[in-house]
Amino acid sequence: MKQFICFIKKEIYHIIRDPLTLSIMLILPVVLVLILGFAITTEIRNTPFVALDQCRTIESQKLIEKIDGNAYFTLVDAVFSPSEVKQAFRKGKCKLAVVIPPDFANGLLYREKVDIQVLIDASDPNEGSNLYNYLQLIVAQYQKELAQYPHAGGAINTEIKLLYNPQMKGTYSIVPGLIGMIMLLICTSMTSISIAREKELGTMEILLVSPLKPVLIVLAKAVPYLVISLIDMVSCLLLSHYVLAVPIRGNIGLILLLSFIYTLSAVALGLLISAVAKTQQEAMVTAGVGLLLPSILLSNLIFPIDSMPVLLQLLSYIVPARWFIDPLRDIMIKGVGLSAIWVEFLILGSMSAILLFVSIKKFKNRL
Amino acid sequence: MRIRYLLKKEFLQILRNKFLLAIIIVLPLFELAVLPWAATFEQKNISLCVVDGDHSSLSQKLTAKVLSSGYFRLAGYELNYDKGLACLDNSRASLILEIPRNFEKDFINNRPVNLLLTIDAVDGQKAGLGTSYLSQIINNYSRQIITERGGRIPGIIEVKPDFRYNASMRYQDYMVPGVLVILVTMMGGMLSALNIVREKEMGTIEQINVTPVSKTMFILGKLIPFWVLGLFNLTIGMIIGWIIFGLFPLGNILNIYIFAFFYLLAFTGLGLMISNFAKTQPQAIYMLIFFLIIFIMLSGLFTPISSMPEWAQKITIINPIRYFVEVIRLVYLKGSGFRDILPQLYRIFVFVVVLNALAIISYRKTTN
Repeated sequence: MKQFICFIKKEIYHIIRDPLTLSIMLILPVVLVLILGFAITTEIRNTPFVALDQCRTIESQKLIEKIDGNAYFTLVDAVFSPSEVKQAFRKGKCKLAVVIPPDFANGLLYREKVDIQVLIDASDPNEGSNLYNYLQLIVAQYQKELAQYPHAGGAINTEIKLLYNPQMKGTYSIVPGLIGMIMLLICTSMTSISIAREKELGTMEILLVSPLKPVLIVLAKAVPYLVISLIDMVSCLLLSHYVLAVPIRGNIGLILLLSFIYTLSAVALGLLISAVAKTQQEAMVTAGVGLLLPSILLSNLIFPIDSMPVLLQLLSYIVPARWFIDPLRDIMIKGVGLSAIWVEFLILGSMSAILLFVSIKKFKNRL
Repeated sequence: MRIRYLLKKEFLQILRNKFLLAIIIVLPLFELAVLPWAATFEQKNISLCVVDGDHSSLSQKLTAKVLSSGYFRLAGYELNYDKGLACLDNSRASLILEIPRNFEKDFINNRPVNLLLTIDAVDGQKAGLGTSYLSQIINNYSRQIITERGGRIPGIIEVKPDFRYNASMRYQDYMVPGVLVILVTMMGGMLSALNIVREKEMGTIEQINVTPVSKTMFILGKLIPFWVLGLFNLTIGMIIGWIIFGLFPLGNILNIYIFAFFYLLAFTGLGLMISNFAKTQPQAIYMLIFFLIIFIMLSGLFTPISSMPEWAQKITIINPIRYFVEVIRLVYLKGSGFRDILPQLYRIFVFVVVLNALAIISYRKTTN
């Protein structure tokens, strides 16, 4: 045990005596969360649209006002001909155009259905279909108001209640997601690189002839990085609360415990990579290429896992970030307790254990 | 022709590292084949908890209608609203549909009825789309029964969408070229960023410093192999996109290569510059991770640039990845020609000149 502590000490000196690298390791995640937390949003706000009102009645005007009055869309221009619509698209002035036909008001009264046409810039199909859906919601609301005329009979009204995040702020879901993605990447590469570095520089040889068991040597290397990762994690959480204004409604102890287990799994993953990689370059490429895209795409950060094909849902089970981001959101924003997220705890915990076990098994005490 | 020997050395170094070679080639291809399927904003299988206080045939029909839409998945029936809320609290469901007592009776007697949708809005996007889907389904259903019963209601407003520029709305088509850009970038950027600093760390750079090889020659010798590797990766990636996703550029494939030619020069230049500034490999790696994450997240690949705040949109002006993502999508999806990609090409050309000049200037043959 005493030897083990000596080795940890040695590792700490290593890190402290290279203050530049240390400060990079401490500052990097915070800056990333800060910049991306403000910049990345999946919210649809004030999308510019133009309206071509060929009907010019109170009904059509009301519909346009209704669309404009919503937080999702902002009327930039009323246009008077189809060619102007085209021009607005070409100039990039709008992403959406609403065309109300001349017989709109008449049709509402006397026909079973009337069409309004919307032109949507779908060069980003995801954004395009979102815009379409939001527009449909607004039109449905408009229709419901119309249906309240007495002759309409009993229509079904829906009342919508938004819980936990009534203003639907994008940061509430994006920021915990970013923390999960960034911490996974950085903790894993830090750990894997530090061990690969000793191998590459040849100093591992010296360590391996020491009386300490190889397993303990590797663990001793991992401990300081676990500590740094935890400091990073806590500063990211503080930042998200005090600067990015994400509420922390749940138990702070629970958040710290979750973060600890998650960081542990990231560090363990780093150990596994370093057991295979011989050089820092190999460690970096494995961690970078292997983790960057999966941790963005398969972690519920931006894209909902529930909507993905089954194969990808299964694949997402092995991405640790998936088991961290959702519970972190739940604790921070909904204030849930352990009873709601024990499954994720269990999975992250066993993931760390398995990764640690495999990387220790794979670690060779010969060069 | 000293450069020939330098190139030979670099290529041998790359080709002899079997592990690295496997990671460089196999992993990206696997990711390209699998990951684009993930990138959809569509919300399916939203877990729904139903609190049916009426238990009438009407309320059951309504529930069946909602569940058959494909957007919702039944998480369970709860006896009362509070129990439903508990479901939301512990994330077993994200939406509660509460049908009040006497729902059917009131409806038949033309009294107004109110359904309550309560949604977990932690993820604003999910909440917005979920309520939109559900309101539409309920709205349509209500109209359907009113007309069935001979009631008169204002004509239904049908929203006819015209999705411009990508009529099929296949998000994979939109994602594959983007993911390809990221993979090519990681290869070019990562390997070049670690290369010079590695020689520094190993001490082998001193051997080169004492040779008559000039700075420019040395940087070129480092740059070309990664540049070739990047183009090679791009080619295989495009073949994979073609085989698996049936995706082939609408425009001239040559335009992609012309752009990639300069783009990779720019990125390897950035890598070499980082490599010159860093004293150790970890430093270079952290700097690179920083740039890669910022550039990738702000490239418009995953979330549209237009929805970012203005200052972030300004940052994207100095983001080379953004330009390649734009160009490759233009050529793949809109079939744009050489003229259309000229603005991006000019910009990337500036990157090439600036970054590589910096890489050459910052490389010192003398140690201090």
